[in-house]
Amino acid sequence: MAMSMARASWLAFMLCWCFIAVAQVPVPPLTGRVIDQTATLTAEQKTALEQTLQAFEARKGSQLAVLMVPTTAPETIEQYALRVAEQWKLGRKKIDDGAVLVVAKADRALRIEVGYGLEGALNDATSKRIISEIIAPRFKQGDFYGGLTTGVDQIIRVIDGEPLPEPDGKPAGGMADLQQYAPVLFVLVLGIGGVLRTVLGRFPGALATGGAVAVIAWLLVGAISIAVIAGVIALLFTLLGGGMGGLGAGGYRDGLGRGGFGGGGFSGGGGRFGGGGASGRW
Amino acid sequence: MRKLWAALTVLVALSLAGCGYNTLQSNEEQMKSSWSEIVNQYQRRADLIPNLVNTVKGFAAQEKEVLLGVTNARAKVGSIQATPELINNPEAFATFQAAQGELSGALSRLLVVSENYPQLKSDANFRDLQAQLEGTENRIAVARNRYIQSVQEYNVTVRSFPSNLTAMVFGYKVKPNFTVENEKEISKPPQVDFGPAPAKPQGEAQGAAR
Repeated sequence: MAMSMARASWLAFMLCWCFIAVAQVPVPPLTGRVIDQTATLTAEQKTALEQTLQAFEARKGSQLAVLMVPTTAPETIEQYALRVAEQWKLGRKKIDDGAVLVVAKADRALRIEVGYGLEGALNDATSKRIISEIIAPRFKQGDFYGGLTTGVDQIIRVIDGEPLPEPDGKPAGGMADLQQYAPVLFVLVLGIGGVLRTVLGRFPGALATGGAVAVIAWLLVGAISIAVIAGVIALLFTLLGGGMGGLGAGGYRDGLGRGGFGGGGFSGGGGRFGGGGASGRW
Repeated sequence: MRKLWAALTVLVALSLAGCGYNTLQSNEEQMKSSWSEIVNQYQRRADLIPNLVNTVKGFAAQEKEVLLGVTNARAKVGSIQATPELINNPEAFATFQAAQGELSGALSRLLVVSENYPQLKSDANFRDLQAQLEGTENRIAVARNRYIQSVQEYNVTVRSFPSNLTAMVFGYKVKPNFTVENEKEISKPPQVDFGPAPAKPQGEAQGAAR
């Protein structure tokens, strides 16, 4: 009896392990535009492909990425690619112009997952054609790099035909930049302004706060006019505002949806995906 | 007196927010929009069908039965109004689901049959349509998945304390979720048979279709 109990518990234990073993393939963190977990591409090839994608993002604003994994089992490539897309959030927020090319090497399957904003240009039929006419034949011959570059070039060409909002350049967006920093400035005004007002008195305190905010805004944005406006707003706010020191601004995350890549890193801009695109095999 | 009323209103508003009233609202709206996405994608599929049927007809006119099956299933789907109220009515919901399931089955039969016509298979128009159909089926799967999640979220809110009291007062009920019609069938492991060649591959597609 005890023997069979032990055996049963052992069986249950093994079963648990089996379930862990068939757990989903994890989505790798978005460390770059090209992630190769199969060691198929050489370092130079990877860099070249990354530069193509980066140049395209700088020019057009759309975010593209390539992911190569050994297998997506037990999921289908569609399920896996969607999880990748949902986690990476490629594409600009509200424009949703991201796309991911997922290759499962051992499964001999690939998929182009297309964000909502690109479903018009890179529609299912076009994606399917890119896969079956351009990428798959090269993959069949074992030319993975060739398949990826020509495929990516074709994707870029297709997206180029789609009128999308301009990528936000650094110098153009003074006001947008200020908007991005506005919550920080707001908290500063509330905190420092309150302190300065009690220490220095109402008007001198407000003046000091306004000056400080103007300087900060000038440093952040680099435009005097905007800095002056921010300073005046801060001055008035402190001058007229009551004791609202306790009212902190709530959490303010993920910028303004710009697909920033500050400091060499790369992150998705908040684009959404709904299962558009096409899959194929080779 | 007026001050008292104002205070009371604020209090009631606050207590409602605390009791999950707002959560219920946002969950319900989320659910409705997920539902709209499903209907949207089903509509997209239905719109593809006339084109698909015509293309197939050009190459495989003798497959009358299959073509007719698709056309009829589409007509049936079109006759059901997929309003948001459908979510609240389990019976109508089931009918809707059954009709869409039937269309899925008919479509996959059509695709299986089309495998027998090499000319049709290599036709560019047909291949584009097939890609679109595949894409739409995938979008439907995604939309259904998201709907299931949103219903789950809503149902949890309706059933958990203290928001269940609010739900009871305002008459929010647990919503039906998607089920698979052939649950028993698909939970069986597939049988692999290496015996003599299978006579009819068509039967498999029927089972695989949701």
